[in-house]
Amino acid sequence: MAGWLNHRVLPAPTEVLVAFWQLLSSGDLFRHLAVSFGRVASGFVIGAGLGLAFGLLAGVSRLGEALFDTTLQMLRNIPPLAILPLVILWFGIDESAKVFLVAFGVLFPVYLNTYHGIRSLDPQLLEMARSYGLSGNALFRQVVLPGALPSILVGIRYALGIAWIILIVAETLSATSGIGYLASNAREFLQTDIVVLSILLYAALGKVVDVAARALEKRWLRWHPSYFKAA
Amino acid sequence: MKLDDLKTASPIVLQGLIRRFGERVVLDALDLHIPQGQFLAIVGRSGCGKSTLLRLLAGLDQADGGLLQQPAGQSVRVMFQEARLLPWKSVLDNVALGLPASRRGEAEQALAEVGLADRAQEWPARLSGGQRQRVALARALVHQPSLLLLDEPLGALDALTRLEMQGLIERLWQQHGCTTVLVTHDVSEAVTLADRVVLLEEGRVALDLPVELPRSRDPADSRFVALEQHILQRVLQGPSFNAPLINETPLASLHFSQLHWAL
Repeated sequence: MAGWLNHRVLPAPTEVLVAFWQLLSSGDLFRHLAVSFGRVASGFVIGAGLGLAFGLLAGVSRLGEALFDTTLQMLRNIPPLAILPLVILWFGIDESAKVFLVAFGVLFPVYLNTYHGIRSLDPQLLEMARSYGLSGNALFRQVVLPGALPSILVGIRYALGIAWIILIVAETLSATSGIGYLASNAREFLQTDIVVLSILLYAALGKVVDVAARALEKRWLRWHPSYFKAA
Repeated sequence: MKLDDLKTASPIVLQGLIRRFGERVVLDALDLHIPQGQFLAIVGRSGCGKSTLLRLLAGLDQADGGLLQQPAGQSVRVMFQEARLLPWKSVLDNVALGLPASRRGEAEQALAEVGLADRAQEWPARLSGGQRQRVALARALVHQPSLLLLDEPLGALDALTRLEMQGLIERLWQQHGCTTVLVTHDVSEAVTLADRVVLLEEGRVALDLPVELPRSRDPADSRFVALEQHILQRVLQGPSFNAPLINETPLASLHFSQLHWAL
């Protein structure tokens, strides 16, 4: 190794590969990955589920809008990480704190995009559907929901990005497992190879999730001209 | 129902119909009778109230005064200027919109009637403007409406496609025999398709003419041209011209409205 950089600043790529191999063979890598992935998944499902439900209610009914919109618009201005100290006081440093933070961060982009997607539906299509006898549940399933779907999916993709950012911070501050823990633990022992590996793992996980979301988009929005295969 | 039954059945009656938007009176005590089975074209400059009238007939809007009497059990379908297809439904599912699953076969049939059976599984975004309007026409007709409302449905199409669509609309109207009201700014289109042409001006009937040319009509025919020119000149005169053109119409009720207008 020529050693242009002190390995405390940045490790050689080979060292990162070695660290990767060691963690992989000991099974630690998979354990931490599974823990982090589980946290993001459960936080995301809770947050996105609530965001979707509130967004649909506020988008479809005036009462729902009056009940939720101003409150959620106010809460959304709070950066999720600003409530971290409070969350640690409430939940301690166990799983629920991290899941709560992820859910909190995910809720607003999904809510906003769902609400906006419904409110910006083409009024001409709604008028047409009503004059063709659609109302209530049928109108919702056949017109409102598919019409809002592109916007909802934008919210979901954005929320997935946020979910990983929040998780990184939460795991670095208070965890005994997960990739963030792996990184902060390695920092204590000046193991830059593992720190860099953790960063790469986050990038890879974020990418995997984004690819999955894109695949979903491609399937659900296959009617959309931008998803047509080049003929 | 046979065509003869339709003609004797009750007409659509509009009496003193008023619609305002704020200060602006769009329909000013409009009187009109539309016998069942008639193909009526409403022409006029933009802003004359013709689209408002259509929306009232469709039940998409409410009048501010006057009487709008529609026959009992009438089913109305509208074809808009834009096709308004749901982009997330296949062409066939768009035609079947609002139909129970058991009547899906009829949607396929309607699609075949407009010559698009082979595009049934396509997304609407894949179709040309003219094809989309054909799908919209199939979607309207599959419900067997007794009143079909056409709101400048061919306005956005190129000249050739428009001629094809006119032929298609005429043929399907003859098959279905439904009362049809076409709103258009194209006088030639009105004369081509309609049994009767009504000119709206400032929310009132300014001209009401039967078109008694045999179908299918030839736009180069001298009587066609004469009629077209007559209507066109009346349109161009505009509302400032006060002397009315009284024309013979087969409906007694219309004399009343014209006299009213002449005062």
